[in-house]
Amino acid sequence: MQPQENATFRNAVILIVGLFVVWELAYLVVGDVALRSPWQTIQFLGKLMQTDLFWLHLADSMKAFAVALVIAVVLGLLIGFALGLHRLSGEAMEPMLVALYSIPKITLYPIILLAFGIGISAKIAFGAIHGIIPVALFTLNAVRTTRPILIKTGRVLKLSPTVMVREILFPAAVPEIFTGIRVGFSLTLIGTVLGEMFAAQRGLGYLLMNAISLYNIDLIMSVTFLLIVLAASVNMALLVIDRRLHHG
Amino acid sequence: MSRLRLYQIAVVAGFILLLEALCLAGVIDKITMPPPHIILLDFFRMMMAGRYFDEIGKSLANVLVAFVSAYLIGVIVGTILHGHRTTREILDPLFATYYAIPVFAFYPLFIVMFGLGDGPQILIGFMLAIVAVIVTTLNGLDRVPPVLKKTARVNGLSALQTARRITLPFCAPYLLTAAKLALAYAFIGVIGSEFIMARSGMGYEISYAYTNFDNATMYPLILLILLLSIAANSLLSRWEKILLARRGQG
Repeated sequence: MQPQENATFRNAVILIVGLFVVWELAYLVVGDVALRSPWQTIQFLGKLMQTDLFWLHLADSMKAFAVALVIAVVLGLLIGFALGLHRLSGEAMEPMLVALYSIPKITLYPIILLAFGIGISAKIAFGAIHGIIPVALFTLNAVRTTRPILIKTGRVLKLSPTVMVREILFPAAVPEIFTGIRVGFSLTLIGTVLGEMFAAQRGLGYLLMNAISLYNIDLIMSVTFLLIVLAASVNMALLVIDRRLHHG
Repeated sequence: MSRLRLYQIAVVAGFILLLEALCLAGVIDKITMPPPHIILLDFFRMMMAGRYFDEIGKSLANVLVAFVSAYLIGVIVGTILHGHRTTREILDPLFATYYAIPVFAFYPLFIVMFGLGDGPQILIGFMLAIVAVIVTTLNGLDRVPPVLKKTARVNGLSALQTARRITLPFCAPYLLTAAKLALAYAFIGVIGSEFIMARSGMGYEISYAYTNFDNATMYPLILLILLLSIAANSLLSRWEKILLARRGQG
């Protein structure tokens, strides 16, 4: 186990250093007109973090994201369990969910805006619709592929549906559900930021779009950098837990 | 099979009827959403008049460029990576975390770099699509059974012959899955970027109609995009299923 972990660590370091080198090279080729070097970006980000306005935008994005994630997970689990427990519904709805998953959801944003108005609730709704489907799909598959012996045992013990879900189906499905939540986490974050990029008065996505009209490359680069580091590092952490759950 | 179909049709029909009822009852007001039958009428009117055909064509052309380039380059990169174990291991965490990254966040940067033309939109579609193609290609190549590779070697097939007679036929379903994913991502990337900021295209027209409270244009265009992406997805899914079924029997 030890040498393998060392290798993983070494690979991660090589990858990160490699990405920074590519970025630096791109900066050397393109120049100051449209890019900033990694070091300049990090410096500007440091300065940005000392302003109150930045924290206001970040807090607004994070608040919307957190609520959206809770909604996505709760609704996703409910839909997943409901469809997983009823065979015909599950088989009929799964391809439909997959098809819904592949549409450019951003085109639905105007409808959400009309329904909720510009503000935090539209962002939350938009973030949540990105996350619900993956959570539901993973849960659905987890419930459907639960080992039949477990379900039979539950039946023999005459468990009520609620106890069945709580004591048997849910624990058996935890690793898969966690994978769904991990994917849902990422997509909800993307959805929230995307919503802010189109119509919002606050949030990191808004900050990013606002920077274009100001032609503020420092701001664009540092906010993009921050978003990517944030998304990638949280996802890596979740991935580690995910792998432990699946092999533990 | 037919019971499944019936179920699916009932769900879609029920959803549309529910919307219709809610709209007619005034629970959903007219400014938010016109009743579905009005949207449908607007849709046919738009199609008959040929309005926005240029915009639709332009968007689809950009989707096609993003899709084809991401697909070809992705398959090539995937094939090369399959032979380079160390490089692949180094890139693995990037692939694993790639779809967690908001690729659209790069869009403002690309606009600054390349200007507000087709370039940034195609690039976003390309970036979204390519990693799915690489990962699926690698996945397919991983699953070629060693016995087939050995047979090729025993029969003295050249690299090209092995690819044509063994690897390609075996990987066909995976290559199809890759195409399906790439098309969906290219579509999302191009339409999404047009929507955020652009000067033309379907996504742009939707956001323009939204700012002008032009529901008679916005809803039919949204419907068109939904229909296009769902049709492409289910067509490729069906083809995929046929290929996999043939494999199961053969």
